[in-house]
Amino acid sequence: MSATLTASLNPASSPDVAQRAELSAIDASTKAPALYFLGSSVLWLIVGTVFALIASFKMHSPTFLGDIEWLTFGRARTLHLNAVIYGWSVNASFAVALWLMARLSRAELRHAGLLLIAAIFWNVGVTVGMVGIAIGHSTSIEWLEFPAYATPILFFAYAFVGAWAVATFRFGRSKHIYVSQWYLLAALFWFPSLYGVAQVMLVFEPTRGTVQALVNWWFAHNVLGLWFTPIGLAAIYYFLPKVLGKPINSYYLSVLGFWSLAIFYNWAGVHHLIGGPVPVWVQTAGIAASFMMVVPVIVTGLNQHLTLVGSASALKYSPTLRFIVFGGVNYTLTSLAGSLMSMRSWAEITHFTHYTVGHAHHGMYAFFTMVMFGSIYYILPRILLKEWPSAKLISLHFWATAIGITIYVVGLSLGGILQGIATNMTHGPDASIIPYLSNADVKGIIEITLPYLQVRSYSGVLITIGHLAFAVNFVWMLVQPRPVGATAPTLFRPAPDLEAAR
Amino acid sequence: MNRAPLIFLGIFFAIAFSWTGIVLTNHLGYAKLQPVFNEDEGKAFPQRLPGEAIRGKEVYRDLGCVYCHTQQVRHAGYGVDLERGWGERGSVARDYIHEKRVYLGTMRTGPDLRNVGARFAGEGGRDWHIQHFYDAQITSKGSIMPNYRFLFETRPIVGEPSPKAVQSKLPPQYQPPAGHEIVLTQRGEDLIAYLLALKDGPLGPDETSRLYVPKEEPKKEASQPEAAK
Repeated sequence: MSATLTASLNPASSPDVAQRAELSAIDASTKAPALYFLGSSVLWLIVGTVFALIASFKMHSPTFLGDIEWLTFGRARTLHLNAVIYGWSVNASFAVALWLMARLSRAELRHAGLLLIAAIFWNVGVTVGMVGIAIGHSTSIEWLEFPAYATPILFFAYAFVGAWAVATFRFGRSKHIYVSQWYLLAALFWFPSLYGVAQVMLVFEPTRGTVQALVNWWFAHNVLGLWFTPIGLAAIYYFLPKVLGKPINSYYLSVLGFWSLAIFYNWAGVHHLIGGPVPVWVQTAGIAASFMMVVPVIVTGLNQHLTLVGSASALKYSPTLRFIVFGGVNYTLTSLAGSLMSMRSWAEITHFTHYTVGHAHHGMYAFFTMVMFGSIYYILPRILLKEWPSAKLISLHFWATAIGITIYVVGLSLGGILQGIATNMTHGPDASIIPYLSNADVKGIIEITLPYLQVRSYSGVLITIGHLAFAVNFVWMLVQPRPVGATAPTLFRPAPDLEAAR
Repeated sequence: MNRAPLIFLGIFFAIAFSWTGIVLTNHLGYAKLQPVFNEDEGKAFPQRLPGEAIRGKEVYRDLGCVYCHTQQVRHAGYGVDLERGWGERGSVARDYIHEKRVYLGTMRTGPDLRNVGARFAGEGGRDWHIQHFYDAQITSKGSIMPNYRFLFETRPIVGEPSPKAVQSKLPPQYQPPAGHEIVLTQRGEDLIAYLLALKDGPLGPDETSRLYVPKEEPKKEASQPEAAK
């Protein structure tokens, strides 16, 4: 067991020379585009974090940078969202998806130079869109704020990258299709479908009335469920068994998890419109689908948990494993919370509140972003052929972000629930049950939520420290000279001896 | 066996299914809703916004107002929007048919604005918005809404003071230096025009009866008395 663990942590020490050579060739073929995607993703992560801090501080101190029009809350918040979604998350997804696809299909990435052009176009598109928002051209359609002159660039750059990944799969030598590949293929097809339809029906040729809202949330929720979630799960399904050096617990559970996600997640987005001016039947369908999401979530969570059982001590050593497991656990938690939020009675309280913001970060950060961090810690040494320079910085990165996001989610969830209860209580006999929350006008409600908004800013500072540690380590790794001969992976502490790895 | 085509087919149908159900069905179902004529008022509702209000909605869009304000009133029995005075009735799909962009919103850091034009109307409403945009603390102490000073211009008085100057509406500590006046920019004027125009008209009673309202208690008690509690 220990031998496989060491081998998987460091393929250079694998006893099978031929396999080692093949993996090295595949890793090398992904180097240029993967490095470009990862470098841009780290850059956008820092940009997005800066806007996050600005928006968060403005929320409780509205005069902070108050007279600068392009940094007004409505724009700073939007710049944050688009930088971390289309800048950080999608760039990181591209790198991870391409690298995984090449490895799992046993295929070198061909004509990487052409792919690099698509990668550059994607980032040009994001930059154009960000500038557009800053100068007031945002569409104010949630998750689709980039102005109409930026989105075609993004669409075609995406289509190119997606086609590349599918072609890599098609020309691969592997006969077997691993569950990660299912998720990747699906995600690569779903995102452009969603994005194309949403652009046409909302931006270029808008449909009428509140049908727009349906298209909006069909898109926005599915971006989470049908793009980021499959990418994150594909990474977990690959790295978890890889780092542990043992197969995934159950093949059948992973198939069940995949198809139930594909069928139910699609319909879940309508729960963003519960109680709104859209047909009630479609709200009900959305609620049913959201609740059915319990099936893939439990199945996937169980499968991953059973894989980890007995090997949990490896968490002490492997940075990749620690980030991935943190992400995997939070996938289960945030998804179950999401199903609960779709219940009419719970949505009545939480829907228009900071609780939703907390939930969004629970999914996009505590699950997805942490999984991407873990993946990057594994991938980068293999394409650069050098190791992470500082285990201390990785440790700082993990603890700052893990504690930060936990405080963030707990704080905003509490604040949001109080905000929701207070909003729904007015004068009347029932209102005196909780005097602190009753009869509050809008200013009173703000007063109730203010401490939680401040807690959010402090947790944001903590997360920023983690991101800086990550960025420093990343740049340091790029510039340090490549060592001669085989290297040992950077772990939190010295690698385990024989029985420790069990 | 190569299962890739089968997997792809499943992937394709999954998304085609939800697109058909959520998007296409509703697009065909009610995107063509028409205004209804109201006998009492002698007009068809909903009414179109006047031109300056439509321009104002563009300002609403570019400043991202939607991230703190909803434009959808919940129905009686679901939340207390009506008790808060955010509308006389819940919003229905027909209210939005003339809007090129629908900003329902998902967050209520501030109040719902669907009927803000009914709460703040006329000259008094305009003055309130001017104070509120210049510094929200003037009208709403403790608010966390940012200032929108960039919707105003402080400029030296050349010749006669402008009849459109607004500093007389602001408290003493906000007065401009001597020889200067404060005016709204065109964007500021438009945004206020939009907010003054935001108000849903009367629609037929059949409109609300088709919407979800939680079942009243008696029914529950009749079928399953104490056991349910």
